[in-house]
Amino acid sequence: MMYGISQFGYLVASALFIFALHWMNTPATARKGVYAGVAATAIAIGVTWAEPSVVHHVWIVLAIAAGFAVGVPLSRVPLTAVPQRTALSHAFGGAAAGLVGTAEYYLQLSEAPAHLTAFRMVALIAEIILGYLTLTGSLMAAGKLQEVKWVPQRPVTYPMQNVINLLLFGVTLALATAVTMHPTAAWAPLTFPIIIAMALLFGVLLIIPIGGADMPTVIAILNSYAGLSAVAMGFAIDNKLLITAGALDGSSGLILAIIMCKAMNRSFTNVLFGAFGQVKPVKADGAEAKIYKSETVEGAAQVLEQASFVVIIPGYGMAVAQAQHKVRELYDQLKKRGITVKFAIHPVAGRMPGHMNVLLAEADIPYTDLVEMDEINPDMPQVDVALVVGANDVVNPAARTDKSSPIYGMPIIEADKARSVFAIKRSKNPGFAGIDNELYFSDRTWMLFGDAKNVIGELVKQLAGGMH
Amino acid sequence: MDFWPTLYVFVLASFIGLGVIRRVSRLLHTPLMSLTNAISAIAVVGAILVTGGDYPLRIRILGAIALFASMTNIVSGFLITDRMLKMFKTDQKRGEGSRS
Repeated sequence: MMYGISQFGYLVASALFIFALHWMNTPATARKGVYAGVAATAIAIGVTWAEPSVVHHVWIVLAIAAGFAVGVPLSRVPLTAVPQRTALSHAFGGAAAGLVGTAEYYLQLSEAPAHLTAFRMVALIAEIILGYLTLTGSLMAAGKLQEVKWVPQRPVTYPMQNVINLLLFGVTLALATAVTMHPTAAWAPLTFPIIIAMALLFGVLLIIPIGGADMPTVIAILNSYAGLSAVAMGFAIDNKLLITAGALDGSSGLILAIIMCKAMNRSFTNVLFGAFGQVKPVKADGAEAKIYKSETVEGAAQVLEQASFVVIIPGYGMAVAQAQHKVRELYDQLKKRGITVKFAIHPVAGRMPGHMNVLLAEADIPYTDLVEMDEINPDMPQVDVALVVGANDVVNPAARTDKSSPIYGMPIIEADKARSVFAIKRSKNPGFAGIDNELYFSDRTWMLFGDAKNVIGELVKQLAGGMH
Repeated sequence: MDFWPTLYVFVLASFIGLGVIRRVSRLLHTPLMSLTNAISAIAVVGAILVTGGDYPLRIRILGAIALFASMTNIVSGFLITDRMLKMFKTDQKRGEGSRS
């Protein structure tokens, strides 16, 4: 009887999770998706807690209370910190899977060794490797995103890096196979922690060669791993809800990672093992000959006032400068004059998929004015002013023209085709990837040097002053 | 335990996942990620079974930490997803909605 009720509950929860994701297809229904997800999780917790084998209720209440105590503040972080929060929660997800897998193994070993079939061992090993790897990998990613001091920001590479990683992976796989074949051997309980340690180490090694610009892809891949570790747990404890939910999460991470890779014209293996940013130094020759044309805020404001179609291209620099609210004020000023204003969003702008959209939505910019790269590019020649706010590589024409550039082939927002371009830039240094940007030297481009928030604030003041 | 039905569920669920996720609006990729975070914290089911069972203490401690970690993801994942989604407004709804 109880079995029927709990299985029915899990089935309902699985269906609700699918609806939750389905409702994310448009912002109009998306919040319904959250409620469906909450309902599904509540049902799953309820029927599991009601299992007759669950007897230590105080422990559960305490752990859940602690989860609330940490979870609520974590949900209130500023939206610019969402990438690191996401990475951190992947780490939590990985830790949960790894710990449950570890507990399951030692529990079965002491209570019912016959349960440790080859199939269950494969599932358990997959669960702990994926779980612990996701734990340290995501912690490293979160550290890089938060710019924690002892986590190197730049990609770290050393000779034979991939060979060493591959060797370590081979050793881990060999140990895992041995434990799977002989889960009850005297040495197995001692080998198990070595596999855990290897997985933890592997997570760190996978992330250190990856630079900040590749974070959107890496976060998506870690998302996928966290989902797959839940799937493995589902196989290990024979729970189909875990398998369904984990598979949904795994495919979500996979699709996002594919979108990110396409948006950078790179392959998975290249992102994971390519160590971007170390590829080649910036060509020194000819660089001195190029001169930036800078423009004053007054001049830029005048040009903006004359425009009828303005496209704003935001990048990670906008998030760093916290300029999104000033951008909204600029948007309002231009709109008041009847100017069409659109935001061109590159899929990898920012540090995670969709990062720019959330920041602009927070600033109260209607999502109907946020336009994807592929949709805005055909209109770019009709654009009077393209305003680049803290974006760099995603508008670099070298991606189209310079075969020797590391970003060659990457789809870009074609700001260079606009009638005029204003680019706000903090300093004259090249961007994160260390690549020179031809766009800044074009005869249609004028630079506005300074902090994005200040520059746009000044622009708004100019425009507001001239409104009488 | 029967291996095949379980594998069936996994393969079919992956196909559903790929189909459903492909249709998710690109505007919402960040909230999608925090939502799937919360959903994959369904590992909470395994954690409850390990924590609440009548098992040796060290096993239950591992379970309790896992339960805490999953619960953190569930709570923060759903809350922050909803917080972000509330901000997505159309032109008409702008202004009348609360500016949070």
